[in-house]
Amino acid sequence: MTADIAAILAIDGIATGAVYALVAIGTVLIFTVTRVIFIPFGDIAAFTALTLAALDAKQLPGTVGLVVVLACMACAMEVVSLARAGELRTVPKAVLFYLVLPLIVVGTVWLTMRFAPPMPVRIVLALLLILPISPLLDRIVFRPIADASVLLLLTVSVALHFALVGLGLLFFGPEGVRTEPLTSMAMEIAGVHVSGQTVLILTAALVFSGLLFLFFDFTLIGKALRATALNRTGARLMGIRPARAGTIAYLLGSLMAGVSGILIAPVNTIFYDSGFLLGLKAFVGAIVGGMTSYPGAALGAFGVGLLESFASFQSSTLKDVIVFSLLIPVLLWRSLASQHSEEEVEE
Amino acid sequence: MTPQQIRLIIAAAIACLVAAPFVLNPFSITLLNYIGIYSLAAIGLALLTGVGGIVSFGQAAFVGVAAYATAWVTALNGYSPWLGLVLAVILTCSIAAILGFVTLRLGGHFLSLSTVAWGLAIAFLFGNIQGLGQHNGISGIPPISIGPFALVESRQIYFLIWAIVVAVLLLCYNLLDSRIGRAMRALRGGNTLVESLGISAFQIKLATFVIAAFLGALSGWLYAHLGRFVSPGPFEAIMGIEYLMMAMVGGAGSILGGVVGAAIVTLLKNAVQDYLPLIAKGASGQLEIVAFSALFILFLQRARQGIVPFLAGFLPELKQSRPQPASPLPRREQPAPGTLLLKVSGAQRRFGGLVAVNNVSFEVRSGEILGLIGPNGAGKTTMFNLLTGALRANSGEIAFAGRSITHDQQFHIARSGISRTFQHVKLRPRMTLLDNVLLGTYARTRTGLLAGALRLNQAEEASARYEALQQLERVGLGDKPFELAGNLPLGNQRVLEIARALAADPTLLVLDEPAAGLRRQEKLKLAELLRSLRADHLTMLLVEHDMEFVMSLVDRIVVLDFGSKLCEGEPAAIRSDARVQEAYLGGVA
Repeated sequence: MTADIAAILAIDGIATGAVYALVAIGTVLIFTVTRVIFIPFGDIAAFTALTLAALDAKQLPGTVGLVVVLACMACAMEVVSLARAGELRTVPKAVLFYLVLPLIVVGTVWLTMRFAPPMPVRIVLALLLILPISPLLDRIVFRPIADASVLLLLTVSVALHFALVGLGLLFFGPEGVRTEPLTSMAMEIAGVHVSGQTVLILTAALVFSGLLFLFFDFTLIGKALRATALNRTGARLMGIRPARAGTIAYLLGSLMAGVSGILIAPVNTIFYDSGFLLGLKAFVGAIVGGMTSYPGAALGAFGVGLLESFASFQSSTLKDVIVFSLLIPVLLWRSLASQHSEEEVEE
Repeated sequence: MTPQQIRLIIAAAIACLVAAPFVLNPFSITLLNYIGIYSLAAIGLALLTGVGGIVSFGQAAFVGVAAYATAWVTALNGYSPWLGLVLAVILTCSIAAILGFVTLRLGGHFLSLSTVAWGLAIAFLFGNIQGLGQHNGISGIPPISIGPFALVESRQIYFLIWAIVVAVLLLCYNLLDSRIGRAMRALRGGNTLVESLGISAFQIKLATFVIAAFLGALSGWLYAHLGRFVSPGPFEAIMGIEYLMMAMVGGAGSILGGVVGAAIVTLLKNAVQDYLPLIAKGASGQLEIVAFSALFILFLQRARQGIVPFLAGFLPELKQSRPQPASPLPRREQPAPGTLLLKVSGAQRRFGGLVAVNNVSFEVRSGEILGLIGPNGAGKTTMFNLLTGALRANSGEIAFAGRSITHDQQFHIARSGISRTFQHVKLRPRMTLLDNVLLGTYARTRTGLLAGALRLNQAEEASARYEALQQLERVGLGDKPFELAGNLPLGNQRVLEIARALAADPTLLVLDEPAAGLRRQEKLKLAELLRSLRADHLTMLLVEHDMEFVMSLVDRIVVLDFGSKLCEGEPAAIRSDARVQEAYLGGVA
């Protein structure tokens, strides 16, 4: 391997790492606030790419159907549970939030599509369409078992991922997509060719992590999320609803995953099931950060990106084997580094 | 129900299994074959996940390793399927042992995440190794032959598959009812509990892990020779979760649940494949996985207990006979009264900047009851954890019976003769009183894994059961040995913990706040029990908050305050000590 190749591989790895970093940060966010290890984040990223591709092709994206189905289910569940609790007064609010709001998003997309909007608008539409999915899934799948053990939530999360893969095939079809490049610029840095796309990916990753940081430090909602992450009971005593904090976390996380999906779509061909590997690799990054540290997760994600890049140069078929095998030493290191309290016991 | 009735039911079930291939059509037999094969993998997971509490997403990878191993031996190299079985089992168990050795120290969800990681890594390997046919798989695998008979038809291999399933079920039931099996069932109570009984949690976890992989290997071997073809597909991540689904739907804590779960999932899958095309034409393949995942999620939300435990709740109670007198278990030689037993010198433990225990020294002599008291935050619990090995001292030395135990692991310390109870009671609520106390005899007995599964060491088991009953009687809980521990009131749960500790035949019994949370009457009864134990010359160290309880019971008291030893002496002297009064009451006016 010459220095040139190493430089190219490194740049490639950093770009991939930046995409993973966005998803990894979202994973950490959800885990700390809700204790759910949200495996389907990669699927959210892949679905965003598929949505954008459909919008590019002037087709109604499959996401529309998915959002409508999920909204109806979530709304029905919420209304039933409210009715059971005898809180009928809050039903209109629930319908507004779980049904009307997602439908407004779907309607907006449907209307705007007729005017053949330019690229930036299409990106915004794709992100808008993807945002309701995770909070709705949270309502349908995780809210009824919010107090279960992390292990049970993880099992449910893995099952949910497979449900989403099936739904993805149903709504998006088996074809892979690659969206048009966001920019055709290119530059030379120290004699190495760097595409505008790479620069864009890095910038987006930095900007969105920066925004998240500002959100946490300077807004009340951000502080409420941090409080929930630290201590759910304590936060509840302070008037913060863990369920609402969870919804906000899912929205934010989806935004990060959506952005990463849009960034990766022009570089890699995305299929309905591409999300699994994307999500899991981001997740390896998140584990490096112990599932709790944002900078740790981001660094870990970059590490995974670099490792994958160099591993694929050595053996493209075995790169995934290498990446996942390396998770085990990382886990060991994490478990030695962190003092475990007595494990949860579930009878 | 009596044991005879249960034997009758088992015999009837086996008769049905034997008769099945003569009445059923070939398709149903094939279905039964697959149910049997999946059952084996699911039973392994039921042991690992349900009994041991280790959620594994990687079982499919073990099945795959075995299937590929036997395919390589038989189809590619032309050897006998029996050699394939040997290699499959050795390879799978070795891989499991290595993976387990590396990952089983991980805590909670990190361990499960590691199973996702190696499950994926192994599954990727199948499709990418040149010699294993890559994504096309390996075809032309020969059938299994028993002597001159080749098991070609599904009707023929049926008997082999179900004979193995029945044998595995019986062996697993025996195992869970033996010394090692009880240790496995205790795993879900947490490492501290398991190690306090002199059991190495890591060894038991590793054993459970390898057994689960072994059952996966049997499943994979049969799978390869039934279908006569292997490809990466059936061993991918989705199958890992399907096995988990089988184990959990059947009832993860129950071995039979593995078979029931495998049957339900396989039949359901079959039904879904039959009916989905009627509902949604052309999209059935996608919907199948959606329907499956949705059902699993619904199950996890609503009925985590699983089917077998749910149904077992309706069965009449099993009649068990009280353990009969048997030859006693070997006893430890107790040191002569008054000899030095435990010596703590200059123990220190820091948590970051906080010094929880600072340069504490004291001694416990054989035959006495020593009370360790102090106000909240005095460092009592930390001192207790240092003694039992739950925490390591930063400096200082702890010697027990003339040997340093400062750096020993918890289970070593327990084995050397220190038994403990817990401030927050740690019992196995779904195990009987007798089984809970039997856990205490672990370190005094030897029966291994195989001997337990084959019921080879019944004499020792009888001795242990009689010993457990005697300890139950000693503490006054001997009337209902087959009650579930979770049904006892708190006071009696504490007493049961003492019986469990006594079953280990300890030289030193350390009690962590035994009176906490008890009502007055319960405290009086407890004090009476402890006095009767002292009459038997048992040495005790009591960490306690309740002054009245301590004063009336102990011979000597050590007072801790802010991590340091304040004073030491007889109860009367301690009671009148101005420093102690100040520490407890915040200054004497």
